[in-house]
Amino acid sequence: MITTSHYLVLSAILFTIGVIGVLVKRNPIVIFMCVELMLNAANLSFIALGRHFGQVNGQMYVIFALAVAAAEVSVGLGIIVAIFRSKETINVDEVNLMKS
Amino acid sequence: MIFPEFVGGVHLPSLIPYIALAGMVGFILTILPGLIWIERVVIALMQDRSGPNRVGPRGLLQSTADVVKLFFKEDMIPQSADIKIYYLAPFLTVMCAFSAGAVLPLQTLTFRLANGDLQTFPLTVGDVNIGVLYILAISSLQVYGIVLAGWSSNNKYSLLGGLRASAQLISYELSMGLAILCVVMFAGTCQLDKIVDAQSGLPFGIPDGHTFIHEIFKGSIFSWFWLGTGIVPVIIYTIAMIAETNRSPFDLPEAESELIAGFHTEYSSMKFAMFFTAEYVSMLIVSGLNAALFWGGSLPPLNVLPFTLIPGFLWFIIKVMGGIFFFTWLRATYPRLRYDALMNLGWKRMLPLGLVWLFLLAVVSLGRGPAKSADNIPEKPVTASQQVQTNPNAVAHR
Amino acid sequence: MATVIAFWVLAILSVVASIAMVVTKNPVRSALALVGTFICVAAFYILLSAQFIAAVQVIVYAGAIMVLFLFVIMLLNLGSPGALRERGSLQPIIATGLGICFLIALLLSGSLLSLPLPAGVRPAEYEPLGTVRAIGINLYDPNQPWLFPFEATSILLLVAVIGAIIMAKRKV
Repeated sequence: MITTSHYLVLSAILFTIGVIGVLVKRNPIVIFMCVELMLNAANLSFIALGRHFGQVNGQMYVIFALAVAAAEVSVGLGIIVAIFRSKETINVDEVNLMKS
Repeated sequence: MIFPEFVGGVHLPSLIPYIALAGMVGFILTILPGLIWIERVVIALMQDRSGPNRVGPRGLLQSTADVVKLFFKEDMIPQSADIKIYYLAPFLTVMCAFSAGAVLPLQTLTFRLANGDLQTFPLTVGDVNIGVLYILAISSLQVYGIVLAGWSSNNKYSLLGGLRASAQLISYELSMGLAILCVVMFAGTCQLDKIVDAQSGLPFGIPDGHTFIHEIFKGSIFSWFWLGTGIVPVIIYTIAMIAETNRSPFDLPEAESELIAGFHTEYSSMKFAMFFTAEYVSMLIVSGLNAALFWGGSLPPLNVLPFTLIPGFLWFIIKVMGGIFFFTWLRATYPRLRYDALMNLGWKRMLPLGLVWLFLLAVVSLGRGPAKSADNIPEKPVTASQQVQTNPNAVAHR
Repeated sequence: MATVIAFWVLAILSVVASIAMVVTKNPVRSALALVGTFICVAAFYILLSAQFIAAVQVIVYAGAIMVLFLFVIMLLNLGSPGALRERGSLQPIIATGLGICFLIALLLSGSLLSLPLPAGVRPAEYEPLGTVRAIGINLYDPNQPWLFPFEATSILLLVAVIGAIIMAKRKV
C-alpha cells in the first residue's frame, strides 16, 4: 500500500539531491537544473497532499509553479548567455565582478 | 455493424486495446516500404522522371532492396563520439514516434451489451481523457532524439542540425498547440474519439430534422472541424505538422545541401534506418492527428450509400494517406526555407494569427452559449433508438 | 498491487536519475538524467490521478525547459567534459554531509511520516480531480481564488519573454 507519506519522503529525497547539487556544482547551468529538480520535488509533494485531502488546490499550485519555472528559466538562461558573451566563462567561481 | 459483447465467454470490448495495438503496429510496419515507394513514384511523376523501375514490377521492391542493403552495411561509429548517447538517440526517436500513435481513434465500434443495450467503444490503444495533450507531450519529446544525435556525433554539421531542430520544433509546437486548442475549444474535450464524435453533427447550424438532406449531411465533410473552426486552424496545423516532422520545405535540420544531412550525417546502417523509420512514422502520426482533429477521423465524407459501405478505419487510413500525399506534393514543389524566414514565419506570422483566431473563436463560442461539451454526456449505454440517430454506419446497414 | 510495483520502480529510477545528474561531469548527460527524472515525476502524477498536470509536466519541463537547457549548453559549447573544471576540494563531501543532515531533519520534523487521514474521503472520489475538465472549472471559477493569480501569471510570462530577449540581445 502506497500512502501519501511515501510520496512525501520521496519528494524530500529528491529535494535534498537538488540542494546537494546546488552546493557542489560549479556550472551555473547545472545549478539551474538542480533548482528545477527542487521545484519538481516540491510540486510532487503538492500533488500528493492535494490528493490526500481530496482537493484540487495542490494541482493549482503546481500549474503556477510550472509557469514560474518557465519564466525563471528563460530569463536565467538569457543571463547566462549574456555573462558568457562578456566574460568567455560561466564558472560561478570566476564570475565575481561584484566582489571588491 | 454491431458486435456481440461476449463471444465464447470472452469479453470483446476489453480486447480493443490489444487489437488496436496489433493493428496499428502491423499496419505501420507493412506500409513503411510502400510509403517510401509512393513518395518516390509521386515525386518522379511530378518532376517528369521515371522513378524506381528496376527492382520488381514498377520498382515496387525497391524499398525492400534498400532495407536489405541497410542491414548489411557496415556500422560506423565516429571516433570521438559520445558512444552511449550516440546509440541512445535513434532508439529515442523511434520510440517517441511510435508511442504517439497510441491515442489515435481508428474507428467507432458498436457492441450489443448482454442486457440488450448498444454501447460504442473507440478502437484505440489507450482511450485517455488527455488524448490530445498526450500526443503533444510525446511529440515534444521527439526533439531529444534529434538534438542528442546531432550533439553526440561530435561533428559540427550534425551539431548545427541539432541546434536548428531544437529551435524549430519549439517554435512550431506553439502554433500547433494553438491550432489544436481551437478544435478542443469547439469540441469541449481533449479525448480524440469524442472530438471525432463532435464532428458528426449537422453543418452550418442547420436545425435538427429527419429529412433526406439531414441524413446525408449529418457528419459529412461540411460538419468537420476544418470548416467548423474556420479553415485558419487547419492551415496553421498543416504548416506546423510539416515543420514538426522536419520535412521539406522545413527540412533545415537535415538539409542535404547545407549541412550534408545534418543530425544523421554520422549515422549509417540500421541506425540510419531507424531515423528514417521514425521520420515516416511521425508523418503517419501527425497526418492521423490531422485526420482526427480536422477531417472527421473515421467518418465518411457524405452519409450516403457508396461512402458508408467503406468501414470507418479505412476512411481513417484514406485520410492519413491523403496527408502523406500532401507531404510528398510539398516536397516536390517548394524549395527549402532560409533559416531566418523559417523563424519569421513561425513567430511573426503563424503565432499571432493563431492567437487572434483563438480569441475570435472564443468570442464566437461565447455567443453560442455554453458549448454542448462531449464530456457533459454521462457515461451510460446508449439505447437502441438513440443509436440509429448517432451512428451513420448503423443507418446505412439497416 | 500494480501501483505499488510502479511506485517503487519509478521511485528508484527517479532517485538514481537525479543522483546521476549531480554526479556526472558532463552537462549534456546531466540534462538527460534530469529529463529522465521529470518523466518519472510525470508518471507519479499519473499514479496520483493528476493526468492533466502529468501531460503539462512533460510538455513544459521535458519538452520546452530542458530543450532550452540543451540548446544553451550546445550553443556555449560546454558539452565536452572538462570545459568547466569542478573544484576539487573538501566542498563536495561537506555539502553531501550537510544535505543528508537536512534530509534527516526533514524526516524527523514529524508530519512527513504520519499524516492524519482526512475524514470521509474515499479513494473513489479522488478520480475526477485531475482531468482537464476539473482543472478548468476550478481554475476559472470566480468563487475560487485562482482566477487572479492566473491572470498575474500571464503578465509574469510576458515580462519574462521580454526580459529574456533583452538579456540575450547582442547590442541594444
